Amino acid sequence: MTAKVVTVTSGKGGVGKTTAVANIGVALAAKGQKVVCVDSDIGLRNLDVVMGLENRIVYDLVDVIEGRCRLRQAMIHDKRLPELYLIPAAQTRDKSAVSPSDMVRLCDELRLECDWVLIDSPAGIERGFRNAIAAADKIIVMTNPEISAVRDADRVIGLVEAEEKSSPELILNRLNLAMVKRGDMLSVDDVLDLLAIKLLGIIPEDESVIVASNRGTPITLNSKSKAGQAFHNIARRLLGEEVPFLELEAQGLWQRLLGRK
Amino acid sequence: MSKAASLIDIKGIRDGLLVKLGDAPWPDLQVAFINAIDERQAFFKGARLALDVGSQVLRVAELAALRELLSERGIFLWAVLSESSVSEQTAQNLGLATRISKPRPEAARSTPEAGADKTALWLAHTLRSGARVEFPGHVVVMGDVNPGAEIVAGGSIVVWGRLRGVVHAGAQGEASAVVCALELSPTQLRIASEIAVSPKRKSKIQPEIARLQDGVLVAEPWQA
Repeated sequence: MTAKVVTVTSGKGGVGKTTAVANIGVALAAKGQKVVCVDSDIGLRNLDVVMGLENRIVYDLVDVIEGRCRLRQAMIHDKRLPELYLIPAAQTRDKSAVSPSDMVRLCDELRLECDWVLIDSPAGIERGFRNAIAAADKIIVMTNPEISAVRDADRVIGLVEAEEKSSPELILNRLNLAMVKRGDMLSVDDVLDLLAIKLLGIIPEDESVIVASNRGTPITLNSKSKAGQAFHNIARRLLGEEVPFLELEAQGLWQRLLGRK
Repeated sequence: MSKAASLIDIKGIRDGLLVKLGDAPWPDLQVAFINAIDERQAFFKGARLALDVGSQVLRVAELAALRELLSERGIFLWAVLSESSVSEQTAQNLGLATRISKPRPEAARSTPEAGADKTALWLAHTLRSGARVEFPGHVVVMGDVNPGAEIVAGGSIVVWGRLRGVVHAGAQGEASAVVCALELSPTQLRIASEIAVSPKRKSKIQPEIARLQDGVLVAEPWQA
């Protein structure tokens, strides 16, 4: 088995990368895939908290890279699913502890161990970002329908394209349809108009996501929520299925989405 | 050792180090450069480095790889100077500066008399936020110029798409330079030494041309 390495990045902080990595990991694992989530946000780690695995951390990414433990020792098995693992970031170091070639070597080893490596990128476009994208086969850019997030996403897409990596795909997170209808929020079209990359998923604003985060139980474990369904659909698309975008109340939006892929 | 020494010339400048690379095939040059650094690790560690690659033509993969190698040795590459416009564009794409605080004497001397440079740079892609294009002649973009992107041209600028970034035409003083776009909605528009922001759009979106008329920036619909 050689895994696909997918990095989720955004430029802007707080748009939902960590939540997405946790939930897409859960969704893929629920479909029988073997998934290793990697938190590359050294110094500001969050993926462990969001997945509820914080108190099981013994070794972390920097321990592996600096040779203090073997790869398998740092992989925490999320017992809620058969094959979901987390390699947490180090909290007491910073991003200079890891280099892009370290990440490439780590992922080369991980590729033999699983089907998917999901890397949670830190915010920004400096060393942490470079570390996170170094080994990626596929890059997902996350954004919110909000002007500064979109601006930063455009910058990040430009950097990714300039490195001549394959074209990134977009997840639009925290879409609030009522606000779009009132004209108070950018629509999907407005965002795609500027970013002009393939849309991988739309995740509607959903209060239960924050609640789930605080509890350390990714929302996708509860498939009743709209956000959870959206993450499941993203997992299906990653696995090659053609999945239409969720019917999200507003008629106009549905028509326009039908017109797109 | 003497061959390597002639390929790599190191100078201290106000902002850190300036390394001038000699003429050799890039792979050899990179190896020699990295070896020179590894031999004097303590000297280079933590350094802020500007690199003069002369006439080397460097693509993104090569320059990005070099930057990673330097970064692993604690060296921060912040600028790449070159005579090749390809290398200059590569550097800009990677977010590196392409000049250091004092303009290089050759650059200052070669500033053309306003309007003399009739060459044009042809860019067949959208400029995303953060992209910066600097060119002494005209610039033509087949694509959009997104907010956050910048074009600084000695000549005129034509955007066959939506212009939503910052543009400066006639940057060296050429007041007859113009800016044309299929949708003229720049964040800021500058011709020679005048600056303007876009007024609220009253008419429908149509191709427009902006020019300096009696020292004032005006935009009018394009009529052939």
